[in-house]
Amino acid sequence: MVAAAGLGKSVPIAHLPGSGANAHRTLTILQNINLEILQGEAVAIVGASGSGKSTLLGLLAGLDVPSAGTVRLENDDLFQLDEDGRARLRAAKVGFVFQSFQLLPAFTALENVMLPLELAGRPDARNDAAAILTRVGLGERLGHYPKYLSGGEQQRVALARAFVVRPKVLFADEPTGNLDAQTGATIIDLLFELNAERGTTLILVTHDEALAKRCARAVRLVAGCIAQ
Amino acid sequence: MIGLRFLYRDWRAGELGILVIAIVIAVTSITSVSFFADRVNQALLRDAHQLLGGDVLLIADRPWDGAIEREARARGLAVATSTNFISMARAGDSAELAAVKAVSEGYPLRGRLRIADAPLVGDRETRAIPAAGVAWVDERLVGALGIGAGQSLELGKTGLKIDAIITQEPDRGVSFFNLAPRVLINLVDLPATGLIQTGSRVTFQIYVAGERPAIESFEAWAKTKLDRGQSLQSLANARPEVRATLDRAEQFLGLTALLAVILAAVAIGLGTRRYVARHLDGYAVMRCLGATQARLFRLCMSEFIILALVASLMGCLLGLAAQALIAYWLSELLGASLPGPSLAPMLQGLAAGVLLLVGFAMPPLLALKNVPAPRVIRRDAGAPHAGALVAYGTALVALALLLIWQAGSVKLGLTVLGGFIGALLVFGLVAFVVVRGLAHAAKVLPLSIRFGIANMRRRERASIVQIVALAIGLMAILMLNFTRGDLIDAWRAKTPTGAPNRFVLNIQPDQLQPVREFFTAERMAPPAIYPMVRGRLIAINGNAIDADSLDERGKRLVEREFNLSYLETLPAHNRIVSGRWFDEGDLKAGAASIEEGIAKTLGAKLGDVLTWSVAGEKIVSPITNVRKLDWDSVQVNFFVIATPALLTGSPTSFITSMHVSSADANAMNRLSKAFPNLTIVDMSAILRQALSVVEQVVRAVQMVFLFALGAGVLVLYTALLATQDERAQETAIMRTLGASRAQVQRAQRIEFLAIGLIAGMLAAIGATAIEALLAAQVFQLTHTINLWIWLAGPAGGVLLAGWNAWSGARAATRLPPVVSLREI
Repeated sequence: MVAAAGLGKSVPIAHLPGSGANAHRTLTILQNINLEILQGEAVAIVGASGSGKSTLLGLLAGLDVPSAGTVRLENDDLFQLDEDGRARLRAAKVGFVFQSFQLLPAFTALENVMLPLELAGRPDARNDAAAILTRVGLGERLGHYPKYLSGGEQQRVALARAFVVRPKVLFADEPTGNLDAQTGATIIDLLFELNAERGTTLILVTHDEALAKRCARAVRLVAGCIAQ
Repeated sequence: MIGLRFLYRDWRAGELGILVIAIVIAVTSITSVSFFADRVNQALLRDAHQLLGGDVLLIADRPWDGAIEREARARGLAVATSTNFISMARAGDSAELAAVKAVSEGYPLRGRLRIADAPLVGDRETRAIPAAGVAWVDERLVGALGIGAGQSLELGKTGLKIDAIITQEPDRGVSFFNLAPRVLINLVDLPATGLIQTGSRVTFQIYVAGERPAIESFEAWAKTKLDRGQSLQSLANARPEVRATLDRAEQFLGLTALLAVILAAVAIGLGTRRYVARHLDGYAVMRCLGATQARLFRLCMSEFIILALVASLMGCLLGLAAQALIAYWLSELLGASLPGPSLAPMLQGLAAGVLLLVGFAMPPLLALKNVPAPRVIRRDAGAPHAGALVAYGTALVALALLLIWQAGSVKLGLTVLGGFIGALLVFGLVAFVVVRGLAHAAKVLPLSIRFGIANMRRRERASIVQIVALAIGLMAILMLNFTRGDLIDAWRAKTPTGAPNRFVLNIQPDQLQPVREFFTAERMAPPAIYPMVRGRLIAINGNAIDADSLDERGKRLVEREFNLSYLETLPAHNRIVSGRWFDEGDLKAGAASIEEGIAKTLGAKLGDVLTWSVAGEKIVSPITNVRKLDWDSVQVNFFVIATPALLTGSPTSFITSMHVSSADANAMNRLSKAFPNLTIVDMSAILRQALSVVEQVVRAVQMVFLFALGAGVLVLYTALLATQDERAQETAIMRTLGASRAQVQRAQRIEFLAIGLIAGMLAAIGATAIEALLAAQVFQLTHTINLWIWLAGPAGGVLLAGWNAWSGARAATRLPPVVSLREI
């Protein structure tokens, strides 16, 4: 379960010339977000560019800290933990898929998937990674570097990397944003298949209405607030 | 383990090549010198007791009266003696200057002589000394005289059979200068040579050895018996001059090696920045995947430390090979076989490599662990910055530690660091002004030139770093290749043609007339012959000389005898600077004329009264004039000239100098044959030998400087890499907008040519400035600007930068713009 209560985020704008040392200006990105997502539920966060979708995702995943409010991930209050505590929580329970894939260019497909297992000190990293890559259809491409893979293939590697640690919650930031419609559809199919197989809670940010419709629920952001 | 895996992956991706090369260059540079120094030190340690040829060595410039030897024997100690001097060794029609050592039975008391039956055959240790009538000689002498073992060698009035070649002489030890080859003979043969005469400069040595307590009490006793001109050396103060020379040489080479280290450090700094820039996203992903900051830092540091150790190890091995070359080049000068290197410098190399990488890589790596995780979602979450103070502070501390360590002194280390930083700043400032100025001036030039220069201006910081690094490496090489030659040329130009090139010493009073007749018979101009008397200065104005109050040179002057002359008229190449030349009254009453420089050293001035001890007699004379000498005239010169009446009764030998053309060279051999006791010094041979010494030292230094050039080129390349992504993007956009491949390439090449040219000019300016400074301050020569430096500097710069230009520009334009843009 993921629950946000009274969540808000604002950032200071650089001092304006002549405004005096204390005249801070802030930009409010998110305001009073209350949201509860149940275990195994798939939720899409939708909204226009600049509405605060990615910021909300970052806060729910504990990548960023809010100006106000709390986020609970299962039994843990994320912001009662320090950054290292949140990192350990992420290692144990959270997976990520990004719009720009974020594969390490110096690592092969297999090594990219092994990375979270290695960081967790798992001894069977290689076999587990190879197995899930085969599951996403890249069993023949284990030794390939990201730059030799197509966009769709790179995102499959990213999905494999996200699911290999069997996360409780998977956060996906515009997972099809860099892909054409057909490839995007294949990736979405794969995402939901894996999600169903592993009973993961799925929280994704998207512009793609078709993708949003496949989720059990869509949360629409307008200017930093949830539109009712 | 995971650190090793990451290292392997980064290595495979080619991310670490620069760092490895930089560390390898730095460590090779340091260890090549320290391995060599280590071997020399081991040799000194090994030779410490051999260096003296005994446990205690007593040295005097007059024969010992026998009391010391008697006392040593009475105390049950072993005693041997030697008499050392320079003389001519002859064979057939050729003659060579040789260092003669006549030894008594038992020599050496410590260490062993090694001899061979002929040059280049296996040698053996011997406990004997040459039998009567036999000489053992250096291979060099056999070669110069064109004779072999078993043939006869003439020394003074006697002939000796060459019985063996000396391969190791313990008390010669490790020293940089053994100009004349050795002739070792039995002391019993010495009188027959007739070479110990009035005016000969001879050193008389007594070697003493025995049980430690007996030696210590003898040493304490002997010290109280020493007169002026006599000295005692023991293990505690063995050969301080050798030690000091080697320490200085080691320090100089060590600091030279650091030039490469400093440039390599710049490359490491640039290389790690690039590494961090390329790994920011990866580290952000790892943060998302749950790695803690501490975990990331450990991962990173373990990767870098393993890298540093492996690269340092490679550097150490290369250093080991390089030191063998240094030792080979200096082998003639060292004159002793060196033991193999120990492992200690290896530890130093490893420590230096790790210190360097950690010092320069730590600040950017610290920043890496602080990478914000939201960066994976929002690029504008940005990159972390290490505080400049932390970044430069850590690097400076690492560098200062290395310099102090190498210099062996905090003060020297920091001075050198200051000097380096000062030089970098000056070069950087000049480069900055030139880059700005060029950008301004280029406005009127054709488009591609303007573009190229504008590129340089836009990447100003990278351009300046490239220019400075290349300039420093080039300057070092220019200095070595040109400065030495220029200074020697300037010195030669200052020496007048027809200046004397031979000195003839030890002419005895009864030989004056026959020697003059010899020159007439040879149809050579009769040279001016000057009388020479050996004397020791004992008091000024009645106050005994206190050697300890004088500087090094002064101490040396008063501790041994020096050569006085007596003349009625002022020699033509001398000039009076104060007082007046001897008048009738002076000639009667006795007076002295002193050279300006030595008067200053001794603290003597016009009107002071000097007291001399000449052959046991006291000679007192007031200074009536101070002379300035033209040393460059290479004439016979005297520090002190007295009125004849004062010294005519003293034991006198005569000296002369003359110019001998190559056609007359054989006349000198005939002179030596006719007057075997004369010592003929061939100045051109000595100059040649001195030059060959310089050549050998320069070769060794040059190799160390080559490391600096290598490091400079590496900085150039690293700086190029740092801007490569930006260049690729620019190129792609320019090409998309319709620029031709040739246009883009031309602009980039012009940028690098400009960088190379500016660096080359800077190097030429630097080398010329240092050369002018050396010429004026150290050698007192008039310096003329060498045009070749101004050609070679820019040419070298263009050549080195050009390689970068061509490969860089080609890489940037090789791919179609769409591919470049996608890759970015």
